[in-house]
Amino acid sequence: MDPIASHSLDFFDSDLSVNSKTVARSLTNRILSGICITLSLLTMVPLISIIFLLLEKGLPLLGVAIFTELPPAAGMTGGGFGNAIIGTLVMVGIGLAVSAPAGILSAIYINEYAPTSRLSQSVRLVAKLLTGIPSIICGVFAFAVVVMTTGSFSAYAGGMALAVLMLPTILLTAEQALLGVQSAYREAAYGLGATRFQTIARVVLPDAFPAIMTGVMLAVARAAGETAPLIFTALFSQFWAKSLNEPTASLSVLIYNFSTVPFPHQIAMAWTASLVLVAFVTLANIAAQTIFSRKN
Amino acid sequence: MQTSNEAPAKNTAEDRNPVDRPDFISVKDFNFFYGKKQALHEINMDIPERQVTALIGPSGCGKSTLLRNFNRMNELIDGVHHTGDIRILGKSIFDKGVEVISLRRSIGMVFQKSNPFPKSIYENVVFALRISGISKKSDLDECVERSLRGAALWNEVKDRLHESALGLSGGQMQRLCIARAIANRPKVLLMDEPCSALDPIATVKVEELIRELKRQFTIVIVTHNMQQATRCSDNTAFFYLGKLVEYADTQKIFSNPSEKQTEDYITGRFG
Repeated sequence: MDPIASHSLDFFDSDLSVNSKTVARSLTNRILSGICITLSLLTMVPLISIIFLLLEKGLPLLGVAIFTELPPAAGMTGGGFGNAIIGTLVMVGIGLAVSAPAGILSAIYINEYAPTSRLSQSVRLVAKLLTGIPSIICGVFAFAVVVMTTGSFSAYAGGMALAVLMLPTILLTAEQALLGVQSAYREAAYGLGATRFQTIARVVLPDAFPAIMTGVMLAVARAAGETAPLIFTALFSQFWAKSLNEPTASLSVLIYNFSTVPFPHQIAMAWTASLVLVAFVTLANIAAQTIFSRKN
Repeated sequence: MQTSNEAPAKNTAEDRNPVDRPDFISVKDFNFFYGKKQALHEINMDIPERQVTALIGPSGCGKSTLLRNFNRMNELIDGVHHTGDIRILGKSIFDKGVEVISLRRSIGMVFQKSNPFPKSIYENVVFALRISGISKKSDLDECVERSLRGAALWNEVKDRLHESALGLSGGQMQRLCIARAIANRPKVLLMDEPCSALDPIATVKVEELIRELKRQFTIVIVTHNMQQATRCSDNTAFFYLGKLVEYADTQKIFSNPSEKQTEDYITGRFG
């Protein structure tokens, strides 16, 4: 007997009636679809339950004072964490100011100028390895390089730690974004007599921009929530920062500090800070996606 | 298509302007290599001014390679080198003093797959001007109308110049690419299988356009379509395995070729 004929159902030979083979086939199909749908739904559970939890525990304390006042001393009630919000924004800003130009320009170099050079291959490899470095190591590194040399915990040091953390994400997503630009566009620009710089600035970058910005926002979202790199570098402060060169509060470190104390008010405030942090990151992500996808 | 009072251009010798140079582009003992692989062998040919010269031959015969040497586009590929020379208006394009950027700005190129930038129709056309530092609005406006009229596209797009070029049909996109290529008023227009991705109606339009454009430009066109070569070229060069087998008047090549290989190819016996 022909092995293929014995295993497959020939449409033309069959009498088109439902038989055991078609039943089994349709059953397998349904079971697999069911598993896929269930697992897809399960992936949404963590995010949704986190948001519900944060809303439930964090909303009670949410008010204007949270954004304008300083953290309460141990055992005290009232107050807010305005300094931590500003600290997080400032340090993410410093991290971005360092890592975005470095990451995007490196991506341009390794993709547009010398894609096959040894330097480019090394940069690519190092960036991939850097993504795997635990964030606490970035903190230790910035501690050694900035805190030890300047002799002080500071927003600079925190920003540097976050920059190290953000750099590989920005570089690698920017490289992918540039790779996604059709080579026909580059060819057309060169054919019209554009220099390499003009080709990149006028054709390649505008086309890759939305995807590059998505990568930048991913890096920002990740960095804003990091605690470990900041404990070693920015430490924390109960006060408004007067300069970038002193210990600086951040939302993530505030959450860490307040959630480990025995005072109910501080613990409640840690929940509110978590809510504010998640809202901040989510809004930034949504804003970035709507702005940049509209442009495309 | 544009209306014109003049009779349509015919591909006969009588129409040719006697002051045009017969050796507008002159290829001399030209060899070209991709790494160690030799793609062109001892090419010698003169391409006359303001005529259409078709390069034909089977895939991999070197015709596109030669075309892409005229504006040194091949130099974007690593590990290429050449011997011999190509002269345009008597001037070597490989001369140390020649800046490849200015060479490309004076030669228009149209690619096989139409590749308008993801910008507006207007910005596509003026790209060559913008990269040359021209930004005066009246200059740009003049260029857009002149180039789009030149590419027989003006009437179709004049009301939506600021809409994305990616909304055009395939044939319109390719004519936009032609408009973009002639915006800088180049002397030479290189076309690399410009109709291979177009439907027959769009192809007819582009071919009519090519016959119109040769009044102003020296055109070199690579094509796989032999009917196309007969319809719109004055001279045809047949390449095989990196060698120039036969180069003559298009009518002669297709009616009475001297070489057996040419005859076999144009009659479809191989290739």
